[in-house]
Parts: sequence; C-alpha cells; structure tokens
Amino acid sequence: MNSMNSAVFPIIVPLFFAILLMFAPTQRVYQKIVATIGILSTLSMSVFVLQKVHTDGAQVVTFGSWQAPFGITMVADSISTLFVTAASLVTLFIIWYSFTAIDREREGNYYYAVVLLMLVGVNGAFTTGDLFNLFVFFEVFLMASYLLSVLGGTKQQLKESLKYMFINVFASALFVIGVAMLYAVVGTLNMADISVRVTQLEQPAIVTAISVVLFIVFAFKAALFPFFFWLPSAYSAPPIPIMALFGALLTKVGVYSILRTYTLLFPLDTTFTHTLLMILGIATMVVGCIGALASWNVVKIIIYNIFIAVGLLIYSISLFNEESFAGMLYYTVHDMLIKAALFLLVGLLVYVTGTQQLRQMGGILTRYPTFAWTFFIAILCIAGIPPFSGFIGKMLIVKGGFASGHIAGSIWVLFSSLIVLWSMIRIFIYAFWSKEGRFETVPKPTYVKMLVPTVTLVALCVAYGIFSSVVWPYVQDGAKLLMDPTLYSQFVLKGVK
Amino acid sequence: MNQNNVILNTLTYVVFFMIFLFSIHIFLAGHFAPGGGFVGGLLMASGLLLLYVTFDLETVRKMLPINYSILVAIGLLFALGTASIGLVAGDAFFTHYFNHFQLPLLGDSELHTAMLFDTGVYLVVVGVTMMIIESIGGDQ
Repeated sequence: MNSMNSAVFPIIVPLFFAILLMFAPTQRVYQKIVATIGILSTLSMSVFVLQKVHTDGAQVVTFGSWQAPFGITMVADSISTLFVTAASLVTLFIIWYSFTAIDREREGNYYYAVVLLMLVGVNGAFTTGDLFNLFVFFEVFLMASYLLSVLGGTKQQLKESLKYMFINVFASALFVIGVAMLYAVVGTLNMADISVRVTQLEQPAIVTAISVVLFIVFAFKAALFPFFFWLPSAYSAPPIPIMALFGALLTKVGVYSILRTYTLLFPLDTTFTHTLLMILGIATMVVGCIGALASWNVVKIIIYNIFIAVGLLIYSISLFNEESFAGMLYYTVHDMLIKAALFLLVGLLVYVTGTQQLRQMGGILTRYPTFAWTFFIAILCIAGIPPFSGFIGKMLIVKGGFASGHIAGSIWVLFSSLIVLWSMIRIFIYAFWSKEGRFETVPKPTYVKMLVPTVTLVALCVAYGIFSSVVWPYVQDGAKLLMDPTLYSQFVLKGVK
Repeated sequence: MNQNNVILNTLTYVVFFMIFLFSIHIFLAGHFAPGGGFVGGLLMASGLLLLYVTFDLETVRKMLPINYSILVAIGLLFALGTASIGLVAGDAFFTHYFNHFQLPLLGDSELHTAMLFDTGVYLVVVGVTMMIIESIGGDQ
C-alpha cells in the first residue's frame, strides 16, 4: 500500500463500513460491532494522516492519476486534517452514546450506516480541493442529514425535516448557480487553479459578486445572520445523538467553506468582503446571545450557543491575521468537541428529568453528583475559563482583533463569553442546585452507559485545553497556510505552469 | 383487477426482454457512444416497472426474488472496489486500467476497468429505483 493516497483514507474507510452495514440492517449486534470497528478505523486513519501531514507536508492526490487542475484533487493540509480528525472523534463518541440512546426501531433502519455516510460527506467536504466536488460532498452529508432528521417519523420530525429540506435544496441550487457563474468567469473548478487565476485577473467586481453568492450558500449551512431562521426548530426535532451530530459537525462545514472561500479563492477584495463577514459574524453572536438568554428550554439554550460560536468563528476569519486564524482553528476543534459534549449532557439531563423545561427541573446535584460536576466542568470549558479548552482560542481571536484595531468587536467577543457563561450557569443553578424537581425513574445501568461516553468526552475537552501544546504545532502550520494562499496552489499544482 | 389483460400480458413477455437487452446494449455502449450505467440502469428499472404494471407486486416478487437494498450495497461495493484498484496497484485512487484482448467470437476487444465501475452504477440505479417503487407501491 503506497502512501500517496493517504488523503482519501478518512473518506473511503467510513464509506466501506457504511456499505457493509447495509447488508444486514436488522441485525443489531452486527450493526453495533461493524459501526464500532468502522469509526475506530476512521479515527485512526485521520490521526495517521494528521501525523503524516505534520511530518511530510500536505498530502495531495489527484484522482485517476490525472494532472492537477484537470482531475479531482483531494488535499489534506493541516487545516483540513485537523477538522477531519475532530469530526471523526466526535462521531466516535456519538455512536458510542447512540448504543443506549437510540431506540431499536431507528437502529433497525440503517441508523449507523447513515451516521457513517454523513461522516463520509463531512470528511470529504473538509478534504476536497475542487469546488464542484465540494458541492457533491455537501449533498452527501445533506442527504444523510435529511434521513437522520426524519428517521423515526414523529410528527415534529416530519414537520421540521420538511422545512430543513426546503431550505437546503434552495441553498444547494444557489451553490450550483454560484459555481456555474464562477466557471463562466475563470474557466476552472480546481480551487488552487481558481486561486491562481483570480489573482491574475486581480479579482474583478464580478468575481467579488460571485464570492457573495457562494457566501450566502455557506451562510445558510453555517446559520449566519440573517440566514439562521431554520436552525433552532430543525435541530430540536430529532433525538439527542442526532442533534449532537448536527450541532457539532454541520455548521462547522459551512464555516470551513467560508474560511476556504475567503482565504484561498477570493483573497484580494478584503475591504468589502471582510467587513461583510465581520458585521454578519457579530450579528450572529448577538442573535445567539439573545436566544440563549431568552429560552427556558435546555435543548434550545445549547442550540443558541451554536450561533455564538459560529459568529465568533466568522468574526475571527474576518480579522485576517495569523493570530486570529490560529485562534480560529484551535477554537473550531474545541467547539466541535464541547458542543457534542453539551448535547450529550443535555440528553442525559432530559433523560433523568423527563422534561426539556428548565423550570421543572431541580435537585440533580444531590441525586447524580458525578453527572452534575461533569456538567459544571463542561460549562467552564465552553465559557473559556483559563485552564480549560475554550480559553486559548478565544484569547488569540481577541488578541488578533485588538492587533488589527477592531476594539469594539473584540470587547463584544469577551462580553458574549460572559453571556455564554450566564446562559449555561443558569441551567446549572436551576436544574442542579435548586429544590427537588421532576425525576423519571431511570434504570441505573442505562444511566451509567450513557454517562460513560459523556464523561469521557468532557475529559477529552479538558485534556485538549491542558495539553494544548500537543495540538499547537498543527494549528500553527494551518494558520501559516491560511495567511499565504500561494503555498496551497504551489503544492497542488506542482509542476504545472 | 378482474379484467382479462391478455394483450398486455402477452406483449409484456416480449417487450420486457427487448427492454432488458436494450438496457444491456446501452450499458455496454457507454464508453464510445451515448449511454452508460445510469441510463442503462434506468431502462432496466423501467422494464421491471412494466412487470409491476402488468402483474401485481406479489407475482413479480415471486418471479424475481431480489432484495433491492442488498443490490444497492453490492453496487456500491463494486464502485468502491474498482476505485480502490489504484490503492493496491500503487497509483492514485480511482486510476483505471485498460488493455486489448483477443476474445473468442468478439475478436480484438478493449476491456476497461471503468466498466466495472459502471456495473456498480447500474446496480445502484436499478436497486434505488426499484426500492422507491416497491416502498411506495407496497404501502396500503
């Protein structure tokens, strides 16, 4: 086995196991075993590629041994492999949690196969170096997410998945139109080649207009202001593990695409595009803050916290300096892990109390102390208290903001962390501290089986913060690459004039 | 239906095989002429649909006891397997190989691994189309 193909391994391994899972959908033991092996081998492949990218430089493979701009290129550089590894890691924990949290009916209807197929789409979207192939991988994970959001067929799921599909079909059509327009102007679909040609043309106004069309598409996927309206209801319909999968991965693909679009494809007209990014990023944070404080539904509070994180990431992209990019990469991985952890924790909270309403809960600290303190640590992580994982990313973003003179934006970032902390600590005070509230009688083994993956994931978040020096070199490589798009074109278009 | 559909039944026996052979022809022609796995698969599915229109669901299931979801999985395995030949052979993923062979009857023929990939596409298209038709048509 040669190593030139290593970029595609995190994509084809879950695909292979998803196909295997399709052969016996109703054999529950077979499903669980194959899904576990599948996700573990995907994760080890991702870590292998991450290591390889760090030691040997970016891994590029052009399908079918064609020359770079003519074939489909897959590019595993430090940015994409970092995201791929985080996505595989999160999926591992969600599959583990699903073993107990997903009912038999869903398990028997291709649940694990579709989860793996969604990972195929997400990993593919992170790795691809071709604009149309990015669209195809978007559709791969969107199809999987349609199925996951409707699987089980409750009334609310049917209602919300219909809206979710309408919005995404519209956004996908816009994506195709944007790609067609760009192809008409530059005549290529390979991202590295587009980057070179746009620089040669010195980015005429039409290209900036196309970049805004593509931005709207990705803003729909990432739920930026004013394209966020579908997300709160669409994400609250499916069961918790699916919600965690969506919340941790799907919006991040949109953020990643915006990052690529504005650092690689259209880097020249920054005064216009980056002001747009900054305004919308901050507006998204405001929406998230208002929603997180206004809601008394625990699931909705976490969902609105997604907005705050996405807004922060878009704001950090708009700053365009090495510090903010490093912060952005670090924070995205942190946010994938912690959002998944929070959804799993809230799932457990809803499981033991039997309600999503914060006002009806209470007194969990005395009954379930381990769970309560895990939740508390997760709150410290997401708010960005120094030893924990949210700190370094946010600090770098704020520092980058001050360095480029955006004082007000950075102060708002700090203020939004306060609101994140407030919204989360409110859950802690009402559900864990106050007087005895509602409780369901839950079987102890099931509770423990759901608690173990959750605690492990929170522990991983804590470790990610404390041992940040392990991840730091990869983040630094990525930030350097983002600052200089010619590096990317050079290693993709090796030997092509 | 209580009507006696002699004409439809008799025609179906003939026409089904014509559609089947034409779908195979379109499928094999794909490399040098319009056609290929997708159109071929759709044609095959339309032939099967003709059987469903003529007879009822149970009869056709008895005639062709195929589990279409497994057919889709097999098709996907074909496609992924063909694409992975490059991995084993030391080339880039999705590299295709071809050569000329002297076949009995056909003479000098060019055989290409892209056809194996197309076989996968063909099976997936037939499988997916029939799954959709069966699951919508099978509901009461």
